[in-house]
Amino acid sequence: MNIIIVGCGKVGSTIAEQLQIENHDVTVVDIDEEVVNELTYKLDIMGVVGNGTSNTVLQEAGISDADIVIAVTEMDEMNLLCCLIAKKTSNCNTVARVRNPIYSNETEFLKKELGISMIINPELAASQEVSRLLSLPSVIEISTFANGKIEILKLKVEKNSVLCGMTLIKMRKAIPGNVLICAVEREDEALIPTGDFIIEAEDYIYIIASKKDSQLFLSSLGLFTDKVKDTIIIGGGGLAYYLATDLLYLGLDVKIIEIDRERCEELSELLPKASIIHGDGIDESLLLEEGLTTASSLVALTNLDEENIMLSLYAKKISGEKIKTVTKINKITFDEVISSLNLGSVVVPKNIMTEHILQYVRALENSYGSNVETMYRLVNGKVEALEFNVNEDSEVVDIPLKSLNIKKNILISCINRKGKIITPGGDDAIHRGDTVIVVTTESGLSDLSEILD
Amino acid sequence: MNYSMIFYLIGWTLNAMAGFMTLPLFVSLYYGESSYLYFIPVIAVSLVLGISLVHKKPKNTVFYAREGFTSFTSVALIWIVLSIVGSLPFIISGEIPHFVDAVFETASGFTTTGSSILVNVEKMSRGMQFWRSFTHWIGGMGVLVLLLAIVPLVGGHNFQLMKAESPGPAVSKFVPKIKKSAAILYAIYIAMTVIQIILLVIFKMPVFDAVVTAFGSAGTGGFGIKVDSMASYSWQIQLITGIFMMLFGVNFTVYYLILTKKFRQAFGSEELRVYILIIALSTLAITFDAGEYFNGFGETLNHAFFQVSSIITTTGFATFDFNVWPTFSKSIIVLLMFIGASAGSTGGGLKVSRIIILTKSVYRELQRTLRPRSVKKVRFDKKPITDDTVRSVGVYLAAYFLVFSLSVLVLSLDNFDFTTSFTATAATINNIGPGLEVVGPAGGFSEFSDLSKIMMIFNMLAGRLEFYPIFSLFYLPFKR
Repeated sequence: MNIIIVGCGKVGSTIAEQLQIENHDVTVVDIDEEVVNELTYKLDIMGVVGNGTSNTVLQEAGISDADIVIAVTEMDEMNLLCCLIAKKTSNCNTVARVRNPIYSNETEFLKKELGISMIINPELAASQEVSRLLSLPSVIEISTFANGKIEILKLKVEKNSVLCGMTLIKMRKAIPGNVLICAVEREDEALIPTGDFIIEAEDYIYIIASKKDSQLFLSSLGLFTDKVKDTIIIGGGGLAYYLATDLLYLGLDVKIIEIDRERCEELSELLPKASIIHGDGIDESLLLEEGLTTASSLVALTNLDEENIMLSLYAKKISGEKIKTVTKINKITFDEVISSLNLGSVVVPKNIMTEHILQYVRALENSYGSNVETMYRLVNGKVEALEFNVNEDSEVVDIPLKSLNIKKNILISCINRKGKIITPGGDDAIHRGDTVIVVTTESGLSDLSEILD
Repeated sequence: MNYSMIFYLIGWTLNAMAGFMTLPLFVSLYYGESSYLYFIPVIAVSLVLGISLVHKKPKNTVFYAREGFTSFTSVALIWIVLSIVGSLPFIISGEIPHFVDAVFETASGFTTTGSSILVNVEKMSRGMQFWRSFTHWIGGMGVLVLLLAIVPLVGGHNFQLMKAESPGPAVSKFVPKIKKSAAILYAIYIAMTVIQIILLVIFKMPVFDAVVTAFGSAGTGGFGIKVDSMASYSWQIQLITGIFMMLFGVNFTVYYLILTKKFRQAFGSEELRVYILIIALSTLAITFDAGEYFNGFGETLNHAFFQVSSIITTTGFATFDFNVWPTFSKSIIVLLMFIGASAGSTGGGLKVSRIIILTKSVYRELQRTLRPRSVKKVRFDKKPITDDTVRSVGVYLAAYFLVFSLSVLVLSLDNFDFTTSFTATAATINNIGPGLEVVGPAGGFSEFSDLSKIMMIFNMLAGRLEFYPIFSLFYLPFKR
């Protein structure tokens, strides 16, 4: 598809890079010449230097042929205006980033009147992610398919877990809950396990199952499946506000520690049911005073990545593994280092926004006829989990899986047959009309038939 | 530096070479010559080496974006490989037995220079003549550009390769994907070549001659198959060739803009207008100066236009031994050698856009010196000329000057007259072909020593690739 991205900040450039890899024709627009030059030199895309709200500039970027315009500049107003002009000029799909909470409350109105297809509020999106993580505290990452019916959950195998030393075949027999381990992260390496794979302590396993089965599996392992009962949030920004609203609604006890007096006053008016504490979150004594040792979760949402990292590490140190920690990371990109630290779940708002936008693009492309419905990247980007529609008769249809000559490092993890979730064994076959979830270390799969050797 | 990437690219180049050589092979068979025998071993060896090098796709397809080494060194090495492997048929067949001579002629072919060490080109077999001219066509638009269009090359870093090989201070993309941009360039290139061939044949040029002439015009190279270059053809054929040479010297982005109906942008190009202006003025000046050698205004105009078009586009065809022209006309010719064609075309020289930027930067500097408080933006094609632009064009000029001086010095060891050494250098660095005096249209490069020929091979490659890729080879040992 022809895609125009306005705004080449971190989000814009990451989206551009990913979409170009997925073979779309991408043009970026930014007012900063250096940024545009840098990107067009590095990636197989075209660039236009100029103001993305100007019709002339958009024309130069090829708006008349564009399928989607994604506006992710720093300013909400620019993004909205850009989408409005794009829609008027060419009736394409438009996506805008809007962070100001004033607009967030009016998204439906904006979408309808300005004709914008999708409005993303990065902080709201991130808060929804944190909420989900808090509802399944033993889980580190959650990715969903089939409108939430199928989940891939990332878990750590602790030293005392019953899973240590088990092969996958044994695990399926021993532990109730029809789940499949579709990927394993062991010491920075990504592995697609076969039946005789032995699980070891300190492994991070990705299990795929229906919601029901994953609950059963987790509780059989003795891992808490109950949501946390309370939370301490450090940092009272926009994300904290959205998160607190959601958690309060779900009945949790929420405590927010915020360093700015005025903001504290604001928060106490906005969130009357929450405890607002005025203080510096990285003050050890304050944390202990406010009950860190008995808290069931801690969410570190300050503006400084370093502080958030220290807070989570400290919480884990003081309370042990029973406390669920969520760490917000804004800028730091040393992924391998971050994943080696015991930070619990890590939430990167920009990545979340990027993922949402990419999902939207893929869904749109899917409606244009491609077969990939959803895609996620696991294990630091080394593993892809793709949800394929099986529309036409392809070579993989109606043949038992054990007879299919599938390439190494590809696993057919799940089949969704008209709402029925099947964890496939060797005798199951793929039927027309199914959706199939494939997990692989190979990148660039765009059709189900490519899994065959 | 990504060595595996470099070898991979060389492998594909060798495969491409093998492909290219099949054409002269068929031409040779068509004419019933024995020269086809000499292409076969070269094709075989290239294919074997090529396939073994591309067998393993490089695992690490990244060239770090700001690291220019890999792309520049690849381009330089690829062109050296082209020049050496491409010379093998000439050597094996005995038509150019001496190694340095053969590499000179081949490099002259690929870099679209057109300087020749052959004393009598008409004695060469058809197969070899075809190969010689075909190298112009291949080198004109570029080997890497062709590979980018048809081969599934790696990564999103292909743009750096294209930039390293393409002439001119800036390379623009037409469409987001490099593969498509490269394909579009080649499509326009092929279409124009074919049109020229057809027109020439309509005006009764023999088909072989037409194809060879079109190759020479398209690549703005200048190899012909007659000792007197284009002099013995009809004035219509000369006019058509003159026009097409001029067309191939235009920035191909203009053609893309025309195709996508953006006429105002196309004809609004400042470089295009200055280019045409220079051609018009030079043609008129020479017409009035050199009239005594021709019959009548029309004929003079035709010859003047042809020669101006040929030299400014750095093609090098000649319809007349312009060495005998009055000094004023010859001076214009020499100056045109330096100006060169437009950026983004197949021509050589400094390029019209650089000349414009240099001239305007003098004006800009004058502004700043005489009226330091006044703020005025000097623009080229609507973009302001920044310190960066001036710096990079200025330094390019310095690199040019250094290589030029070295060459003049080395060539002077052969003890020819100064004009010869000077214009031989100019002709090779600017990829033109003929110069003046000994290397004029009626002469050639055969009498230079091997040392001079090697210097000129360096000039040709350096000029075509715009210095930095070739320099990067010498920089390698000092890299640490």
